[in-house]
Amino acid sequence: MSIDNERRVISVIVMNESSVLARVTSLFAARGYNISSLTVAPIPNSEMSHITIETQGSSRVMEQITKQLHKLIPVYKVIEHEEMVEKEMVLVKFPIAENLSDISALCSAYNGGIVNVGTEMVIAMVADEPSRVKHFIEATERYNPIEVVRGGVVAIER
Amino acid sequence: MQMSGAQMVCEAIIAEGVKTVFGYPGGAIMHVYDEIYKQNGFEHILTRHEQAAVHAADGYARATGEVGVAMVTSGPGFTNAVTGLATAYMDSIPMVVISGQVPLSLIGTDGFQEIDAVGISRPCTKHNFLVRNLEELPRIIKEAFYLARSGRPGPVLVDVPKDITVDIGEFVYPTEVNIPTYKPTYKGNKRQIEKAAEAIKKSKKPLLYVGGGAVLSDAYILVRELAEKTQIPVVETLMARGVMGAGNPLLLGMLGMHGNYSSNMAMSETDLVISLGARFDDRVTGKLSEFAKYADVIHVDIDPANIAKLVDVDYPIVGDVKQVLEDLIPLLEDVNTDRYQAWREILKRYDELHPQSFVDSDTEIKPQWVIERIGELVGEQAIITSDVGQHQMWAAQHYPFDRPRQWINSGGLGTMGFGFPAAIGAKVAVPEKTVINITGDGSILMNMQELVTAAEYKTPVINIILNNQFLGMVRQWQSFFYEKRFSETDLTFQPNFKMLAEACGGIGYDVTTKEEFDAALKDAIEKDQVCFMNVAISRFENVLPMVPAGGALFNMMLPQKSEDDKGEK
Repeated sequence: MSIDNERRVISVIVMNESSVLARVTSLFAARGYNISSLTVAPIPNSEMSHITIETQGSSRVMEQITKQLHKLIPVYKVIEHEEMVEKEMVLVKFPIAENLSDISALCSAYNGGIVNVGTEMVIAMVADEPSRVKHFIEATERYNPIEVVRGGVVAIER
Repeated sequence: MQMSGAQMVCEAIIAEGVKTVFGYPGGAIMHVYDEIYKQNGFEHILTRHEQAAVHAADGYARATGEVGVAMVTSGPGFTNAVTGLATAYMDSIPMVVISGQVPLSLIGTDGFQEIDAVGISRPCTKHNFLVRNLEELPRIIKEAFYLARSGRPGPVLVDVPKDITVDIGEFVYPTEVNIPTYKPTYKGNKRQIEKAAEAIKKSKKPLLYVGGGAVLSDAYILVRELAEKTQIPVVETLMARGVMGAGNPLLLGMLGMHGNYSSNMAMSETDLVISLGARFDDRVTGKLSEFAKYADVIHVDIDPANIAKLVDVDYPIVGDVKQVLEDLIPLLEDVNTDRYQAWREILKRYDELHPQSFVDSDTEIKPQWVIERIGELVGEQAIITSDVGQHQMWAAQHYPFDRPRQWINSGGLGTMGFGFPAAIGAKVAVPEKTVINITGDGSILMNMQELVTAAEYKTPVINIILNNQFLGMVRQWQSFFYEKRFSETDLTFQPNFKMLAEACGGIGYDVTTKEEFDAALKDAIEKDQVCFMNVAISRFENVLPMVPAGGALFNMMLPQKSEDDKGEK
């Protein structure tokens, strides 16, 4: 059944108009589809925005999601990614007392670094593939992270 | 030309060719109503409830195929309209609803009579708009009408803040619509249509499964042509009654939960389902794994999301039913109609074995008799609307529908209270027809205030109340599945329907015998006024055949089993 409930990433290109994001998310809610992560930002030099949605579902569910998204009037394009580059950013706050060189080395291994140092804490940032971000977060456990904020997946077709 | 937003709303409605608007004024939409007072480009009908205004616009649209228009105020005016929007949405009815909204400066402040109309209506409209400045108002109304009637039709809401109706600006009504993200597909894929034609020629037991989409696309002549040319048997959904026309020997009848035996058996045994604008609703399919399990499926639908939503489809064709049939029928010129003779014989035998019938009575009025009698007395001259419940199913089963748009009911949402206001809308649209609302004692009470509307505007709708002093369909399920525990379905305490009709400016009839029924219907047609005909029917009559929810279509409870219920009397 695992293949029937795979993780999927889809991009939705929408017109920049009021409540368009609500239309997309309420479609998922109304039809009982799950959203694992959601990112949205305007596409430069256009009247469109790019929404990246990470979800799970069987191929039948994914087909419905794609078709139902298409039906929304402001939706221009729905791309169900097969070959893609995907990245996710995460910010992690550590106590200043932790081993900063270890944290710095760990971040470097995951395409990131320490981005802010205060009197009580440091903040590290990593941007990498979502699976590697997950591993990074697991690896940070030993340094007693105070707060972890994931940014959600962004994806682009290869 | 300079004008106010309120004037623009009226001018746009006139520009769209709308003849009648149904509505109910209130604070936020008063400027528009002030302009309605001044103009004479369209008629406005004041219903007594916003829900009824939307249902009336819906009935108007179903009877004509044109866009129905309703107007309501903000807050409760809008929330009352939601059931009407949802009803139209589920049945893909072209409709534009214009709602007032609090001024832009008050939006988000929980102002008096403020509600997030766009948010609430999102799941039950094809699209909705909140107008944010006067400049975009004409374009939005133009787009609303275009979206409502194009592609898969549906209701569109335009929410107009009060200050925008006051603002003055230049009015230029667009002549064209340009929505780059909206491109409905009307023409079916040629290759797919060819494959479908081949499949039809190869099949031994094909079945035409006709749905509401065939009505919406006005494809009935082509559906009949396809059936005649190929001699393929036809089943209709609740929404497609009338497409083939009663008495057509190829028509098996309605299928589904209350479908007849031959229709449901045909679907269970067919080797090729040819679905034309039907959406495989659960009330049609029953248990999905048993539905048409020996069949390949050709699915024609204008909405790609409907295709393969519930059943696997072998020949998906996205397109308008009418246009697809225009391409498909010429490919079937050489079909040998004898090929399906054996199949037709089997189905004919099924029909003889278990015809759509009922046991009539000399001592009480059977609801099925009433329906058939209406058919005998007014037949094709009538438009029949219905509410929701047993009476709706009896009407769908027993009325001799002759043409599409003759049968108007809430199929998808199943809205009690729909029938009467929808009948008013239909009567306004097609005044030369006799409009009969077949309703139940439960349903009619949900919008009975529209007696006043019908009396005021002289829309002589004949309401035939099949009165069994029960919420009949729920009572039926309680009989079958809840060991006759009639929890809160007994409606023995009733208003005097005759006096109620008279109190509101109509005519009332109490009918307890068949003779009285004939006389009442004749009198009602002659007097040409809104009326309630309260018909005392057999209390415990059930709608049969019945496929229990979730059961396989071929496992039907058949009429003779209703004898078990006689003990309930």
